[in-house]
Amino acid sequence: MKIATRIFAVALVTAFASPALADGPIPVTLKDHKFTPAIIHVKANAPSIISLTNQDATAEEFDSTALKVEKVVAGNSQGNVRLRPLSPGKYPFMGEYHSETAQGVVIAE
Amino acid sequence: MLATLLIVFREVIEAGLIVGIVMAATKGVRHRGLWVSYGIVAGVLGACFVAAFAGEIASLFQGSGQEIFDASILLLAVVMLTWHNVWMAGHGRQMAREMKEVGQAVSAGERSLVALAVVVGVAVLREGSEVVLFLYGIASQGGTTQAAMLTGGALGLLAGAAVSALMYFGLLAIPAGKLFSVTSWLITLLAAGMAAQAVLFIQQGGYLEYLTGTVWDTSWLLQQDSIVGRLLHTLVGYNDTPNGAQLIVYAATVAVIVALTRWERVRHPRASAIPKPA
Repeated sequence: MKIATRIFAVALVTAFASPALADGPIPVTLKDHKFTPAIIHVKANAPSIISLTNQDATAEEFDSTALKVEKVVAGNSQGNVRLRPLSPGKYPFMGEYHSETAQGVVIAE
Repeated sequence: MLATLLIVFREVIEAGLIVGIVMAATKGVRHRGLWVSYGIVAGVLGACFVAAFAGEIASLFQGSGQEIFDASILLLAVVMLTWHNVWMAGHGRQMAREMKEVGQAVSAGERSLVALAVVVGVAVLREGSEVVLFLYGIASQGGTTQAAMLTGGALGLLAGAAVSALMYFGLLAIPAGKLFSVTSWLITLLAAGMAAQAVLFIQQGGYLEYLTGTVWDTSWLLQQDSIVGRLLHTLVGYNDTPNGAQLIVYAATVAVIVALTRWERVRHPRASAIPKPA
């Protein structure tokens, strides 16, 4: 209980200190278990948002240990994937449920 | 088939390690198998429910429903693990005495079994819902993949269960006098790792976007998505690129559990026969 209370207290205090987004959400589409675009460029050291539209009938999990993201997007729906500020480099990601085809990379520069 | 095997194996291990720790921590407590089974069954049912309503859950909280849901159930598990450790600190002596008087089975730990059953349920629910979504996706493609999917899933389940059993028997090899101490520490670190993971989900949901910068990077030493990295992530919350907020919450969770445990031991001075994290 104490831990939950503490986290929400911290959340409340820091909610107003969120860093500003570099740009608007970056649109990415998933169709036939492939990402378009599969190479996503973001600004380094600034948070960014990928707006993922899943045009397949089944759910997909946007999964990346490099980006520390696990985000399920249901079939025929849309979800936002928030990326932390990234140091310059390449960050691979995949659709965990169809990893043979659903592959991509975020490039921070 | 291989993809199914790997995913099922991975998710089963992640839930199974937690079940293994819970089983070792409750060694000798009456009805523990029953409570752990309740947790597993509830977790499987919950996983199917969460998978079926994945779209609806995701659309809550302005599209951050999944993140808030994941964070909430993780924090629930953290609270339950904390409560178990603190309760054990106060009642360990009573349990040890009962063990001597009535042989192996004791009833003293039964109350905290409810808390641990919740933890097991949460672990199975989280990993299970991913398996259900994945299998549903493959099944809906139809054709010849279904038999291969079932085979892969069954093999993954068996392999995951085998590794989890290995972990459990490994823990049991620890001398009885030290087992409580070891499992208490394992539960403390498990809770801290879950709390840090919850922070990540809250940040992904767009709510605690503070101290999000990576503090250090140990991926050159141990990649988090390697097998060992994944095991350590599940067990003690290993993260190769933790951010500031996660580190603070991790340390604070350990500190709170240790402090509450000590306080409880002071309240029950004669209960200190069983060593606790300190």
